[in-house]
Amino acid sequence: MTSQLTFRGRIQEAFTAGVPVAIETATRSRYQRRLAAAAAFPEMEATRDRARDIRSEALRNLDAYLGQFVDVTTERGGVVFFAADAAEANEYITELANAENVRRVVKVKSMVTEEIRLNTALEHAGVEVVETDLGEFIVQLAGETPSHIISPVLHKNRYDVAELFAAELGVEYTDDPAELNDIARKHLRERFLNADMGISGVNFAVAEDGAIALVTNEGNGRLSTTAPRVHVAVMGMERIVPTRADLAVLLEVLARSATGQKLSVYSNIVSGPRRAHEPDGPDQLHVVIVDNGRSATLGSSVAEILLCIRCGACLDACPVYRHVGGHAYGSVYPGPIGKVVTPSLFGLEEWHDLPAASSLCGACQDACPVRIDIPRLLVDLREQTVGHASRSIRTGLAAYSRLATRPRLFRLATRAVALFGRLWSQDGWLRRLPFLLPAWTRRREVPAPATQTFNDWWRKRGA
Amino acid sequence: MTEPVQLFVTCLVNSLYPDVGKATVRLVEQAGFRAEFPLDQTCCGQPAYNGGFAKEAAAMARQTVDVLDETEGPIVVPSGSCAAMLTHHIPDLVKDDDSYVAAARRVANRTRELTQFLVEVGHKAAPVECDERVTYHASCHGLRWLQILEQPKSLLDEAGVTRVDLPGEDECCGFGGLFALKMPELSTAMMDTKIANIEASGADVVVGVDVSCLMHIGGGLRRRAGAIRTKHVAEVLAGESE
Repeated sequence: MTSQLTFRGRIQEAFTAGVPVAIETATRSRYQRRLAAAAAFPEMEATRDRARDIRSEALRNLDAYLGQFVDVTTERGGVVFFAADAAEANEYITELANAENVRRVVKVKSMVTEEIRLNTALEHAGVEVVETDLGEFIVQLAGETPSHIISPVLHKNRYDVAELFAAELGVEYTDDPAELNDIARKHLRERFLNADMGISGVNFAVAEDGAIALVTNEGNGRLSTTAPRVHVAVMGMERIVPTRADLAVLLEVLARSATGQKLSVYSNIVSGPRRAHEPDGPDQLHVVIVDNGRSATLGSSVAEILLCIRCGACLDACPVYRHVGGHAYGSVYPGPIGKVVTPSLFGLEEWHDLPAASSLCGACQDACPVRIDIPRLLVDLREQTVGHASRSIRTGLAAYSRLATRPRLFRLATRAVALFGRLWSQDGWLRRLPFLLPAWTRRREVPAPATQTFNDWWRKRGA
Repeated sequence: MTEPVQLFVTCLVNSLYPDVGKATVRLVEQAGFRAEFPLDQTCCGQPAYNGGFAKEAAAMARQTVDVLDETEGPIVVPSGSCAAMLTHHIPDLVKDDDSYVAAARRVANRTRELTQFLVEVGHKAAPVECDERVTYHASCHGLRWLQILEQPKSLLDEAGVTRVDLPGEDECCGFGGLFALKMPELSTAMMDTKIANIEASGADVVVGVDVSCLMHIGGGLRRRAGAIRTKHVAEVLAGESE
């Protein structure tokens, strides 16, 4: 989870290489679909409020709800493991795989398993891992990382996928989406049937009855968690909701916010391993609850970020994301939410430049189904890392603040600036300021100061 | 005796765009109020606040609250982002400072962005001579913190200005205060999208409620040497100066 370059370095690289047009097209169209879905649901705003209340309550009493969830799950024959960090989670799962003679794993798309790099750990242990979400499957085949929380392969168009399939799967080239889908389905079907273990994430875990909700649009979640004999569900520690009724509220906002759907095509609810009278399901269910920085975040000034339900709406709404794509963030969590999640989970010192990469336009907060005040959280993180600002910005702001708190001095200083206005070019703009602000003037001109400040004009007017 | 209105013109208007301040005075007077200008106002602290310089921002916030709290009447600001600073962020900045909490709240409650104020008091925009097509760019902070969108457009329409729609009117132009300097490549990439949309609108003039965004967009337009210009909404609505 380290990045060699700064965010600014990565976007410069991305701009040089050319950011795929697909990113802007896809985010815009989905943003529109989401607006349409919200408009068609009169209770949308009230449901967002309820969803936020439910998530807030879950975080307020997280210990109690997790305890309740563990008790019910254990009673039903599931095994729960608390992992303090990524290493503990990976160790538990690879040891389980070894103990159960697991050679093949099918996986359902899950951000937390990306976060802990579970695939790498399993492959090191000699286990074959196949991603079964179409987007994740493509990303895995290409040896890349997801560029979006909901659509891992947002950065590729169908021609990219067509070439990839022809090269990696030994099939004849086709760029017909239906045919490409068919190729992936045939390839995956065999993997599902031969898998020894299915690994999924957890969209929400219900405290009152131990239900694990898994949302997909492809049905791969259902196959992966029922066909193999062992199911491992990996969940971020904060993914809990108190009741089934709460779950219903969250699924309503999740589908609308993620994809503009009323409900995702498959909303699976897993409750324990197969019981004696049940015809199918896994023999074992293991739930791995991952902390990996979440407890620390819960006690921090940005705890609000743990309300996030990983819908990806803020990514699609974000003008920065639209311009640079997910890989520029250098973390598995891109976009506005990533600018808070990444530093809070993986270290603010290393990731201090992510919170700076925002114009604070607020489109993310508008889009967020649980109304997380992302701009405020970004300002909070900027306050904590203010020492990283360049010397010129720091001294400039300190000097400006001293002036602005001394009105008479401020008046004199602005009057002095107005003198420069008279030396300016005729048309009121300058192409560059010698030694100053090259960051501004490389692509923008500088307006001239007025020859008389408003303050002086007003005083003369009154006189 | 007409009711007083306190102008908080913002530091950028004071030094770079005083004509916007003068136009604001005319509009407030046309709406039937007596414009007053507290002379000791400086900067609301927004650039420092957005940049994470909480200490400097709080100092400027307190200065602003001191100056405005001793005055009477609505506080009118020809800037969506500075108005949002007064209504939302200053109260948040001083929330742990008991001596300022109440005053910051009073100032916040009295503060209105200019077009918001004009619409609230039922001002009808006077017809203006304008043979150019204008388009409206919705600056983010006014839009999302104060819901400024229809007010400026309806005033422009009332004034008889030919207004064309801006594709992606609610998308950020990429200014963002210090962001424009810290991430210039990204800031100007966002500006390029904004300018492409402005060009697609067919407008001669892009109008907004924040001179900061207009300075950024205008600086980019100027570098391209095109004919499109920027204007603050007050300059359009107030017509020619005396």
